[in-house]
Amino acid sequence: MPYIPLEGHLPGITGLLEYRKDSAQPIRDLTQVLLRGPSTLTEGERELLATVVSHGNGCKFCTTAHTAAVDLLMGDSETAAAVKHDIETAPVSEKMKALLTIAKLTGKDAKTVSAEVITRAKNAGASDIEIHDTVLIAALFCLYNRYVDGLATALPAEPGYYVVLAERIVSHGYQRLPQGYDHLKK
Amino acid sequence: MAHIELNNELPGIRGLMAYRPETEAPLNALAEVLLRSDDNSLSRGERELIATYVSYLNDCFFCQNVHGALAGHYLECNVRQIDDIKENFAASPISEKMKALLSIAGSVQKGGKNVTPEQVEHARANGATDTEIHDTVLIAAAFCMFNRYVDGLATWAPADRQFYVDRAPQRALDGYQSSVYK
Repeated sequence: MPYIPLEGHLPGITGLLEYRKDSAQPIRDLTQVLLRGPSTLTEGERELLATVVSHGNGCKFCTTAHTAAVDLLMGDSETAAAVKHDIETAPVSEKMKALLTIAKLTGKDAKTVSAEVITRAKNAGASDIEIHDTVLIAALFCLYNRYVDGLATALPAEPGYYVVLAERIVSHGYQRLPQGYDHLKK
Repeated sequence: MAHIELNNELPGIRGLMAYRPETEAPLNALAEVLLRSDDNSLSRGERELIATYVSYLNDCFFCQNVHGALAGHYLECNVRQIDDIKENFAASPISEKMKALLSIAGSVQKGGKNVTPEQVEHARANGATDTEIHDTVLIAAAFCMFNRYVDGLATWAPADRQFYVDRAPQRALDGYQSSVYK
C-alpha cells in the first residue's frame, strides 16, 4: 500500500508524477534531456545506465521497467541481464564497461568515483560530456529509486504492464502523455 | 580538481550547471518548486532543513553548507545551531512534526525501502499531511541526486563556511534561477 493516496491504475513512478504535476515537470524534462536528448551515447546505452543504478538500489519497479526499455532498444534480452550480473563479463564495449562502473559507484557512494575509473573511461574513448551525463543519469535514478520505494508505491499486477510501459518510453519518451493516463484504467 | 574540464571556476553544482545548460534548467526548476514555491505548507526554512540534513548524511560539503546557510537565513539560526540540528535533530528545538519528517528523510537517504509505515504514521500523528510526506520524500530523494552529481564529478567547494552564510540572503531573494549562476 502506498503511503499516500495514489491512483490505483498507476503503479510505480507514474502515480507519483500524476500526484504532483508541478514537481513532475522538471523531473520529466531532465529525464528527457538525459535519456532522449542529443548524445553520443545511444538511447539503449543510456537506459542501460539507468538499469544498472536501479538494480544497485534494489528498486524493482525501475529496474524491470528500464530493463524492458533496454531489451526493446537493443533488440535482445541478454545485454541488460548480463550487465546486472557482472559488468566486466557483459557483452558491451570497454567504454560502456567503464561508464557503467562509474554509474554504479555514483549510485552507491559518489565519493568512490575515483580518478582511476575516470581515466579508464577516458582511455576507452569516453568524452567529458559522456562522463558528465553518466554521473547525472546515475544521480537522477537515485532520485527515482528513492521516490518510488520511499513512498511504497505498488508494483504492477501483471508483468505485461512493463512491456506497455517500455513501448511508451521508447516511442514517446518521458514527457507526460497529452491525454493523461485514464486509458490505462481497467 | 573536477573529473572533467568544466571550462569555468565556479564551485560545486554551479560549475556543473554552467557546463551543461540543457540539464541546468530542469535542475534549477526542480529545486525552485520543491524548496521555494509558496504553494507549500512547509516553510522554506523547513524544506531547506530537509535538504541540509540529507546533504549532511551524504557528506556533501558544498550542498550542506549552501542549504544549511539558507535554512539558517530563513529560520534565523546561526551555523552552530544548524550543525546541532544536523547532528542530533531529536534533541533540537524544532517541532515534533519536523523531527518526524527529518526521520523519514534520513531513511530515504539510506534507501527508499528504509521508510517504515510507523515513521509515516508518526509524522501524521504529529500533523504532517500527505503532501508534506510526499514532498519530504521527494526533497530527500532529490538531494540524493544533487549530492551525487556534485561529488561524483569531484567538484571543488570553498572551505570557508562563512562564504555560504554571506551568499544566503541574496540567494534567498533570487531563488534557484539560471541567472544566479551566470
